[in-house]
Amino acid sequence: MNFRAMAAVLAATVVLPLGVAQATDLEVTHWWTSGGEAAAVKELATKFDASGNKWVDGAIAGGGSTARPIMISRITGGDPMGATQFNHGRQAQELVEAGLMRDLTAVAEKGNWKEVIKPSSLLDSCTIDGKIYCVPVNIHSWQWLWLNNEAFEKAGVPVPKDWNEFVAAGPKLKEAGIHPLALGGQAWQANGLFDTLLLALGGKELHEAVYVKKDAEAAAGPEVAKVFEAAAQARELSMGTNVQDWNQATNMVITGKAAGQVMGDWAQGEFQIAGKVAGKDYSCLPGLGVSQYITTGGDAFYFPVLKNEEASKAQDALAEVLVAPETQVAFNLKKGSLPIRGDIDLGTANDCMKKGLEIVAKGNALTSTDQLLSPDSQSQKQDLMTEFFSSASMTPEAAQKRFVEIISSAD
Amino acid sequence: MTAHAHAKRPNQLFRNLTAKIASIPMILIALGIFLGGSIWTVVYSFTSSRLLPRATFVGFDQFERLWASSRWIISIQNLAIYGILSLIFSMVIGFVLAALMDQKIRFENAFRTIFLYPFALSFIVTGLVWQWILNPEFGIQGIVRSLGWTSFTFDPLYNADIVIYGILIAGLWQGTGLVMCLMLAGLRGIDEDIWKAARVDGIPMWRTYLFIVIPMMRPVFITTLVIIASGIVKVYDLVVAQTSGGPGTASEVPAKYVYDYMFQAQNLGQGFAASTMMLLTVAIIIIPWAYLEFGGKKRG
Repeated sequence: MNFRAMAAVLAATVVLPLGVAQATDLEVTHWWTSGGEAAAVKELATKFDASGNKWVDGAIAGGGSTARPIMISRITGGDPMGATQFNHGRQAQELVEAGLMRDLTAVAEKGNWKEVIKPSSLLDSCTIDGKIYCVPVNIHSWQWLWLNNEAFEKAGVPVPKDWNEFVAAGPKLKEAGIHPLALGGQAWQANGLFDTLLLALGGKELHEAVYVKKDAEAAAGPEVAKVFEAAAQARELSMGTNVQDWNQATNMVITGKAAGQVMGDWAQGEFQIAGKVAGKDYSCLPGLGVSQYITTGGDAFYFPVLKNEEASKAQDALAEVLVAPETQVAFNLKKGSLPIRGDIDLGTANDCMKKGLEIVAKGNALTSTDQLLSPDSQSQKQDLMTEFFSSASMTPEAAQKRFVEIISSAD
Repeated sequence: MTAHAHAKRPNQLFRNLTAKIASIPMILIALGIFLGGSIWTVVYSFTSSRLLPRATFVGFDQFERLWASSRWIISIQNLAIYGILSLIFSMVIGFVLAALMDQKIRFENAFRTIFLYPFALSFIVTGLVWQWILNPEFGIQGIVRSLGWTSFTFDPLYNADIVIYGILIAGLWQGTGLVMCLMLAGLRGIDEDIWKAARVDGIPMWRTYLFIVIPMMRPVFITTLVIIASGIVKVYDLVVAQTSGGPGTASEVPAKYVYDYMFQAQNLGQGFAASTMMLLTVAIIIIPWAYLEFGGKKRG
């Protein structure tokens, strides 16, 4: 090969990438891999591609607890992606503090996010030292009791209107050979059930005293003791579920093997896929029917600092696209979550989603424990709750004692 | 004869110089990664590092929290039960299988392949397979019940008291084949004449095995012990695949505690403290043993 030919080849390899660079590729990592979730992501990708850039999908299978360590080690290891999903809250806080995440304040001001994003707590948990570092994309809430209407008919009891009626129906359900409460074996499910009981039965003040102020005295008090009593009842109703994943537990409710499940609104997607109708085949009780409060967590996108100027521009473009009204409608209808804007109309939302929207509109949305507690404190709590819900020998008093220790050292 | 005068005894350091130069990278990597990494971990276990390592020293706080955590205590207990039983059973079953194989049976190759085959599977696959076999609805319990014995109960993975034995069964199924092969190799290494001599003396076969062959197989036993023991300390994937630590925290193991706290709870300090404790435990067992085995008087 002569020198000239070689030079031409070398030049071509340099020029080629420059030619394509007009449509900037942006790799986006997330853990949305189930059917409904993948369909929702596709909406985001289409909208982003329409802005003249290219969405490179970096889905990581196995759920958040598998995906987050991979994402974090890529960012800290110097191989950042273009954008990445995290749950709202404190999962990425240290990455922001270490200066690894991009400041989006300029984009936020341009889009007037402070006005349009409702409830404002969503944006607050993206804000560190007055600067905005993430884009919330949806709202998920935990406080839902999903019930199979047919199961209650079979047991000869009316469909419960609240948690207390549900507990009272327990023995009748067992007689009819129906499992009263489905609870999967993974630790976060037991933890979520407890937090739901605490907010529903203890009320807003207790939730704020324990998780916002981290008041150990409140955690040791009689009100939390009542919550642990209720948790012990729930434990009795859920014993012998024998499944791991949340959607397997939801499936027990769908097929009528179990009567109810306490799970976040993402469970609704499973009912929809199974072709069930809200109000007819299944009922949903936000706040367990006792109190009209829900906590709002959800997913947000973070943008690691990139050296490439073009890619940074594409990041800004993606941030704008994510908040845009059209994207919000298309994405959240597929995902089954609530939109982050109060100014758009979800006309096709079903009964349960409407109940959720109403509560948010009334301003009864509280900050979720994922935003209030560090992942470390949440893990300790999960260890305690999963132990409590799986071993009948652990007394509510013993569990509360350990709960107080966790809250007093929580951050 | 000046040449002769200059011929000194070659310096010990420069013998096999090329071989020594060639092994320098390996030595550096071993020192840097294994030793350096271990020291770094131990040092940072005394800090309050969260998601990112930070040199804010907090003394023994992380260790106090570690030993106050009931999950860690359960992990240690599980490792002890799993470790001791898996050591005993895999040695005994492995040796018995090897001794049976050694009886000049037909189709020995076929049997050897069958017994060794599970070892070719990863712990993840082993765990998933046994999760299904032990599942009360689809596995053994379901089959026996469908045969008519409706009160039959066998659900180790969903019973907190015996879940660790469910994991032990899977671990043994996977690992015994390898032990058998090692033992068989050891048995084949025993001189035929020893067997002949024992037969002439009229010693029964079981006594020959117990009092003559096993003592002669000491090196094989030690190799096996090291291989099994290192597998026990790092057991992680089997638990994740079979029970993911459940029900509750009943089947947690130390390696899982380390991973969960380092990466899911974003508390590096706590994870480092746990891994330091694991290192310490191994060191407490290994160092005196290695001293007895390799130190002391040199055997011919």
